Amino acid sequence: MSMETLVWLIPLPPLLSFAVIILFLGRQKAASHWVALSAAGLSWAASMLVFAFAIQKPNLAAAPILSSIAWLPVGKGSFNVGVQIDPLSSVVLFFVAWTILMIFIYSIGYHNFGQPAGSDDKPGLPPHGAEETHHHETHRVPSIEPLYARFFAFISLFAFAMYTLVVTDNLLALYFGWEVMGLCSYLLIGFWFAKPSARDAAVKAFLTTRIGDMFMLLGLAALYSVTGTLNYREVLSNPAVLDKLASTASPIAALSWAGLIGLLIFMGTVGKSAQFPLHVWLPDAMEGPTPVSAMIHAATMVSAGVYLVIRFYPLMAAGRLDGGQTPPMVAMAFIGAFTAIFAATIAVAQNDVKRVLAYSTISQLGFMIAALGVGAYVAAAFHLVMHAFFKALLFLGSGSVIHGMEHGALHSGDEVDPQNMFEMGGLFRKMPLTFWTFLAGGLSLAGFPFVTAGFWSKDEILSGAFGGGYMVVFITLAAAAFITAFYTMRQVTLVFLGKPRTQAASSASENSLVMTLPLVVLAVFAVAAGWSANWFKPFVGSMLGESGIEASTSLVPLITSLCVSLIGLLAGWLLYRGYEARQPDPLENILGPVYNLLKNKYWIDEFYERVFMRPAAWVANVLVSVWIDKIVLDGILHWIGRAGLSVGRFLRSKFDLPVINTGLETVFGQSPLYVGNGMKRAQTGRVQEYIIMAMIVVILVGVIVILVVPI
Amino acid sequence: MIPLSWYLIFAAILFCIGLFGVIARRNLMSVLMCLELMLNAVNINLLSFWSYLYGKDLQALVFVAIIFAAAAAETAVGLALIISVYRRRVTVNANDLDMMKG
Amino acid sequence: MSILQIIFLLAALATLFCAVKVVITTRMMHSAFWLVGALLGIAVLFAMLESRFFVVVQVLVYIGAIAILIIFAVMLTRKIMDENQQRMNQLWGLAFIPAGGVLAGLIYILSRWNAFNTTARTAPVNGEDIEALGKALVSPTGFMLPFEVSSILLLAALIGAIFVSYDRKGGGR
Repeated sequence: MSMETLVWLIPLPPLLSFAVIILFLGRQKAASHWVALSAAGLSWAASMLVFAFAIQKPNLAAAPILSSIAWLPVGKGSFNVGVQIDPLSSVVLFFVAWTILMIFIYSIGYHNFGQPAGSDDKPGLPPHGAEETHHHETHRVPSIEPLYARFFAFISLFAFAMYTLVVTDNLLALYFGWEVMGLCSYLLIGFWFAKPSARDAAVKAFLTTRIGDMFMLLGLAALYSVTGTLNYREVLSNPAVLDKLASTASPIAALSWAGLIGLLIFMGTVGKSAQFPLHVWLPDAMEGPTPVSAMIHAATMVSAGVYLVIRFYPLMAAGRLDGGQTPPMVAMAFIGAFTAIFAATIAVAQNDVKRVLAYSTISQLGFMIAALGVGAYVAAAFHLVMHAFFKALLFLGSGSVIHGMEHGALHSGDEVDPQNMFEMGGLFRKMPLTFWTFLAGGLSLAGFPFVTAGFWSKDEILSGAFGGGYMVVFITLAAAAFITAFYTMRQVTLVFLGKPRTQAASSASENSLVMTLPLVVLAVFAVAAGWSANWFKPFVGSMLGESGIEASTSLVPLITSLCVSLIGLLAGWLLYRGYEARQPDPLENILGPVYNLLKNKYWIDEFYERVFMRPAAWVANVLVSVWIDKIVLDGILHWIGRAGLSVGRFLRSKFDLPVINTGLETVFGQSPLYVGNGMKRAQTGRVQEYIIMAMIVVILVGVIVILVVPI
Repeated sequence: MIPLSWYLIFAAILFCIGLFGVIARRNLMSVLMCLELMLNAVNINLLSFWSYLYGKDLQALVFVAIIFAAAAAETAVGLALIISVYRRRVTVNANDLDMMKG
Repeated sequence: MSILQIIFLLAALATLFCAVKVVITTRMMHSAFWLVGALLGIAVLFAMLESRFFVVVQVLVYIGAIAILIIFAVMLTRKIMDENQQRMNQLWGLAFIPAGGVLAGLIYILSRWNAFNTTARTAPVNGEDIEALGKALVSPTGFMLPFEVSSILLLAALIGAIFVSYDRKGGGR
């Protein structure tokens, strides 16, 4: 089998797994997770083979692994779809394959496979324990998820969509994978559909990303109509096309076509990768089960947004004068940097362990996009790969913590919110493996120097910003990095260090191997992957024909990133290490009223609700539904009905009854009767009268004959 | 001498008197009697034509003879019918014989 | 006006008078006798037409058989018919129209005939040749067929009359 065929086959196993589970394995739990797991495993193996081949192929950027088919006949030619493995998609494929496989394995344990089914567990609600009797002692144990098989079906579909998005060679197929992922995020965020908050979160996620997708579709359509193709190589690797796009003016003033299309495509990323102002869905998406959060918000979906803009960087940077910025790049730098610091400030005031990570994701994605905005192409790609590993690790770790807390709550009978950090503490003793892996991920996120992958990638971004002379971006990102380190340490301290603050925390226990093994694997990557920077940079940099921005020789970025990381970590540890149960958050004292603002996410959700949701609801419920639909449209219909009725009645009374019924009836109905009745009288039955009649006729005939015929 | 026209006019008048009687009389017997008048008028007609125009031929005479026979037969049958009608309907009133009405 | 003409007029008027009385008379017996009178007048006119044989035949057959038959029938049905009942039916006024019309029409047409007013007779002076008539009636080249047919007619009428008036209830009358 050739490499091209193998690439085509990569997205196939998860799709088949989805179909098989949905059609045949609806209730069978073990079978469905084996099918899903083997599918993920097959795709992983194929991806590794492809990756191994790709990295040793010389000059991959100029001669990628390509294969396409003529799919849709258009005009004289056809629209081709196919696969393309070049340096960028090969590294993305690498981390996608690993994270997906780890998440699949983790899900088996997270959903308590092997545990008894809960007695009052309803499908659509999270399982909350079953009774188990051992030696006349009943205690509650975690119960298995009722909709176990469905979960694996959905994440298989999700994996299929992501693989498709990564391996494809044209924007339309990418958009297809994009949209399927949007669907899967809806299905999975709303997995526990009996919870109203989960349902609302699912709808919110779908609609918010839809806004971004709409603009992206416009960009897609514009690109196709201007260039006639959506293929990456024909647009992005073709300097002639890029120059033409950069120099032709679009209908929007002061923007070239390249700028307009770039901005529209970037808006798709703003939605999908939860940048400001479309970031509101991501924290609410924590309603889904933790593997879903890991998958969506670390490994796949949000990364897809960043992958898109990295892929289309040549288009967005087209027409760029040396060291300058095109309008899309300005937008990216601004929105990326703003989002990075904005989300980081919200993260410091959250008390839900997953929410902190959610805002952290938003912030880190802002980093990547800001990097692209200043032209640090390779740095953005590098940070994308690193972030995927450590963020997935952190999410799975937090899931492990939550799982352990739930177990402890069931065991001790304590009623706590298993996700509230302020109710945890001291878990490093109870869950050591989780602690060490989580710490590795956290330090990577904070950019702990030299031993973590995150340090290297973040340093690259700061170097790029500094080296390009974008001071505002540099300072903003540095500040965001400081806050990142701070809230990371805050989280680690509150969750793991110190003493347990609740009964549940003290009864928590480590999870099974099936959950901790993925953590370990991801932790290895989170630490070690950063050392591949020297290989990574030229490999991915060859995509642009040059290595992006030359690494700055100045030490300022390096020193800055060292300092912000260490000082942030220290500050977080110092502030929270003495935290006791049921005290107010120490940060409140420091920040004062600002704390409330941060805790409530700057009231943005409330703002959107007031400004967009309520008018929209008013338009739907009042304007359209009542005024237009009931009053105007129904009124028109009723009027037409009444008009028809009155016309009918009028015709009936003026025409039908008098003319038809009376007139014609009289003429055709009554008259023969009348005439017949009249003529009936002539037949009296009396011969003598017949004779009279005959004689009269004879006389008449005789008269006529006499008059006419000459005798 | 007597012109042919006198006979012919006389026969016509007799015929019409008989016709009037047939149409206007109520009693069935009277209708029969008036019918005899009409037949006799026909006989006069025929014989006057024979006498004035066709005296050498015998056809007219044969015709008249047969008319005599037919008249007799018809009278007999007519009377039998009247008696039969009388038996059924107990009437000899022509007005009452309207079973063919309608 | 010659004798013959006067005799003709007398006989014609008498006959017409009797005919009118036949039509007008209410009582049936009277009407029947007036019919006899009319028939006699017809016989006279036959004689004036040089047809001696038919005078006799008229008297014998018409008066002697048919009129007698009518009188018998009148006598048989006399009780039913109320003597005071009206003699004409309700259409008797209307009957003038066909009668008058036919009369007028006949006279008019005949008067347009060119031989209407001839007075020449072609009949033999002594009347018709009865022997020849008799022979003609039975000769195959003569009038045997009408003769035979009329005898069949008489037979049919005879049988028919008997059959129609047959009383089924209690023996034949």
